[in-house]
Amino acid sequence: MWIFDLIILVFVVITAFISLQVKDLLSAAMIFGVYSFLMCLLWSGMGAVDVAFTEAAVGAGMSTVLFLGALGLTTKEEKKASAPSWGALLLVVLTGAALVYGTMDLPHYGDPAAPIHHHTAPRFIEESPKEIGVPNMVTSVLASYRGYDTLGETTVIFTAGLGVILILRRRNKEEDV
Amino acid sequence: MNSNIVLRAVAKLFIPFIMLFALYVQFHGDYGPGGGFQAGVIFAAGFILHALIYGLEETQKVAKPSTVEIFVALGVLIYAGTGVVSLLKGGTFLDYGVLEHDPVHGQHLGILLVELGVGITVASVMMTIFYGFAGRGRS
Repeated sequence: MWIFDLIILVFVVITAFISLQVKDLLSAAMIFGVYSFLMCLLWSGMGAVDVAFTEAAVGAGMSTVLFLGALGLTTKEEKKASAPSWGALLLVVLTGAALVYGTMDLPHYGDPAAPIHHHTAPRFIEESPKEIGVPNMVTSVLASYRGYDTLGETTVIFTAGLGVILILRRRNKEEDV
Repeated sequence: MNSNIVLRAVAKLFIPFIMLFALYVQFHGDYGPGGGFQAGVIFAAGFILHALIYGLEETQKVAKPSTVEIFVALGVLIYAGTGVVSLLKGGTFLDYGVLEHDPVHGQHLGILLVELGVGITVASVMMTIFYGFAGRGRS
């Protein structure tokens, strides 16, 4: 199984670089779609099918359409980049190195002794079939145990829609308000 | 408006199935992967496909922007309203157990309602964003 993960990860890195390099923004939007689809494969490999589903629907599907819509409003060609700033590169490399250093302490993937598996997870696994009775535990955590979070997320999406309505809506007379 | 006959025929064939699949994802989220977020996006994708093939005006005849905007708020209202109902029934906010006599049935009902709220808001926000972008392009 790890060989699949490795191949997909290599492709993820390659697509990330290509999307930065390519000058045509239309192609960049398409490559973002490919990137999301590869991430979707990785999530499903980890058994996180709900996340993979969202990644496929939102990342590969919807954001590509919205990118294309935005390109239709602006331009297809990337602006000439300003001269590379070595200070910025140094900052990025340092941040990246710090993050990689931070992952050294993390428990290994799938380690049953990891703290995350001993906090609330056992309670959800043992009690949710009795308390909620929904076979998909992701749904019972998302909608019931973490109901406040999901209400917040829905409100964020609502706010995003409100922002688009306020900023982008055309004010002509045919459109009834 | 796209005049390619293959695109138009295939889109006409696909859109009902896309929407049916969205409803399946919405109401089957309790049993398999899926739920309001994914279903909302897929449902909106059906409308967006229609708009891409048949033109924005045709789609806006079916789903008026003003109607879609009402649904943007309606979803959050359903979600928060479920919480308020559970408050009124003597529980805590978003505690679905008190919605019915049997707490497990209450949880089922509560999850169904909040997922419906999420789905409605996500679908209508996606359509609103698309309308916002696509509607400006042609002016």
